[in-house]
Amino acid sequence: MVENNRWGNFFAHLVLIAGVAIVLFPVYVAFIASTHPPGTFVRGVMPLLPGTNAWDNYMTVITEGRSRAGTPPIAGMMWNSFIMAMAITIGKLSISLLSAFAIVYFRFPFRMFFFWIIFLTLMLPVEVRIVPTFEVVANLGMLNSFAGLSIPLIASATATFLFRQFFMTVPEELMEAARVDGAGPMKFFKDILLPLSITNIAALFVIMFIYGWNQYLWPLLITTDPSYYTIVMGLQRMVTGGDSEPLWHLVMATVVLAAMPPVLVILFMQRLFVKGLTETEK
Amino acid sequence: MQTKRTTFSSPWLPYALLAPQVIITLIFFIWPSWQALVQSLYRQGDAFGIRPPTFVWFQNFQTLFADPLYLNSLQVTFVFSVGTTLLSMGLALLFAVMVNRMIRSRNSYTTFLVWPYAIAPAIAGVLWWFIFNPTLGILPYVLDMFGYNWNHRRNGNDAMIMIIIAAAWKQISYNFLFFLAGLQSIPNSLIEAAAIDGASRMKRFWTIVFPLLSPITFFLLVVNVVYAMFDTFGVIHATTEGGPAQATNILVYKVYRDGFVNLNIGSSAAQSVVLMTIVVVLTVIQFRYIERRVNY
Repeated sequence: MVENNRWGNFFAHLVLIAGVAIVLFPVYVAFIASTHPPGTFVRGVMPLLPGTNAWDNYMTVITEGRSRAGTPPIAGMMWNSFIMAMAITIGKLSISLLSAFAIVYFRFPFRMFFFWIIFLTLMLPVEVRIVPTFEVVANLGMLNSFAGLSIPLIASATATFLFRQFFMTVPEELMEAARVDGAGPMKFFKDILLPLSITNIAALFVIMFIYGWNQYLWPLLITTDPSYYTIVMGLQRMVTGGDSEPLWHLVMATVVLAAMPPVLVILFMQRLFVKGLTETEK
Repeated sequence: MQTKRTTFSSPWLPYALLAPQVIITLIFFIWPSWQALVQSLYRQGDAFGIRPPTFVWFQNFQTLFADPLYLNSLQVTFVFSVGTTLLSMGLALLFAVMVNRMIRSRNSYTTFLVWPYAIAPAIAGVLWWFIFNPTLGILPYVLDMFGYNWNHRRNGNDAMIMIIIAAAWKQISYNFLFFLAGLQSIPNSLIEAAAIDGASRMKRFWTIVFPLLSPITFFLLVVNVVYAMFDTFGVIHATTEGGPAQATNILVYKVYRDGFVNLNIGSSAAQSVVLMTIVVVLTVIQFRYIERRVNY
C-alpha cells in the first residue's frame, strides 16, 4: 500500500472483525440452540453458551425426526438431498459439455437456432412458470421421484456458455493433430477435450452441487411423499408443521445439519469455488 | 458466432449431442412458458367441465393491475429488492476494500466471509427468524433495552426489515468476492500516482477506485435485483409466509400462493407473464452491459 497508517490498519481490522462476527453470528446462535434441552426455550431469552443436550438433540433429529408433525428422520432427507444434488450436478455437466462440443466443433444447419433455445433457459427460472411446469411433470408421472426432482432442473445455459468459451481457447492444432492420427469426433472429445476441461468441470461441480443441494421451491412442489423430502424443504415442515412454537432445539439441529455439506464443500474447495463463481457469471 | 476454423463433419452427430439439452429445454422450459402465456389469456373453466375455459383477451391482466393486493405486492417487492441490494452490496464493498488493504490476513478473512454463499435462502430465513423471535430472540431482547418493542408477527415494517436482513446476509459473500476481484484488477500505479499528487485516502477511493469499479457494481446491481426478486422464495415461505397483512408478500410468493393454494390459474398465469417480462428485461440489460465491457 502507499502509506502505512497504523490507525487505518487498526480500524480496518476492527471493521473486518465486526463483519466476520455478523456473518458468523446466526450460525453460532443456531449451534448453541441445538445443544440445549427443550425446557430452555420456554423460559425466555435464548442463552449464548452451549448447553448439555447436544447428543440427544442430534440423535433425535437424525433417527426419529418429528413424526407427529409429519417430518421423517433427517438421515433419510439428507440422503435424498445428496442424490438430488449429485443428479443435478452430473446431469448439468454432461449435457452442457455435449452441447458445447456440438456448437463449437461442428457446422450444421440451425446451429444458431439451437444456441438461442439454450440461451432462453436463462430467462425462464422455475419461479416464473411454477404452475405449468408442475402440470408437465405431473402429466409425465414424475411426481414423487428422483427423476422429477432432478431432470427438469438440469438444463443450464451458464454451463454451456462456460464450456463453449473454454473450447474456443483450445488450440486448433490439437484437433488437427487428432484428425491426422485418425481420431473421430467422439474419441477427440473423450481423450483430449475432457482431460483439458477438468479444472473447469471441477469448479462448476462445486457451484452446481451447492445449487442442487439448496433447491427449495421445486422439491416443495413435486414431493408429497415424505420419503422423497429433501432436507432444505423438510426444514420448513418442522418450523410450521406444529400448531404451537416450533421445537427450536430440534429445528436448529436440523439447520446445522442441512447447512453443513455445502459449507464444507466451500471451505475445502475454496479456490475452485471462487473460480467457478467468477467465471460462470461473467 | 464462430466455430473452429476446421470442424468435424457428420450429418447427425451434432444433433445427437445437442438432443438431451434441447429436449429437456423444450419440455420443461419452453412448453410450460408457452402454456403460461396461453393460460394468461383464458378464464379457467370450472372443475366439473360444465363451463369450458373461455378466451378473454387481456382481461386477466386488467383484473391483475386493478387488484390492490397485486399493486401492494409490486410495492413490497420493490422495497424488498432495493433494501436487500443496497444493504448487501454496501457491506460487501466495505469488507472488500478493507480486505484488499490486508496482506497477511487477506486469505483468512476471505475464508470467513465467503461461506454463507453455501446457505440456502430458506435456511438463512429460519436463522434470522429465530434471532428475531419476539419472545426468545436475542435482538428483540437487546432492542427492548432501547425501548423498542419488536414484533414481526404484528408489525409489517419489522417483518420487512427481518427478511431484508436475512436475504442480504446470504448475498454478502457473493458481492464480496466480485468486489474483491474488481479491486485487485486496479493497477497500483494509478493509486500511487494519486498519492504522490497528494490525494487523501478517501479522495483516492471516490475519484479513482470507485469509478473503476463501476462496471462490476452495475453487474452486481442487476444480479442482486434478480436474486432478491426470484431466489428469495425460501426466505418468505419458511418464515413470514407473506404476512403480517401482506407486508412481505413478494411477487414470486404471490404467484405460488395464487396458483397452488388459491387455485386461481388465470391470474397466476398472468402474474407469471409479468415476471417473465421482468426477467427478460433484466437479462437483456445484463448482456448488453457485458458486450460493452468486452469493448473497453
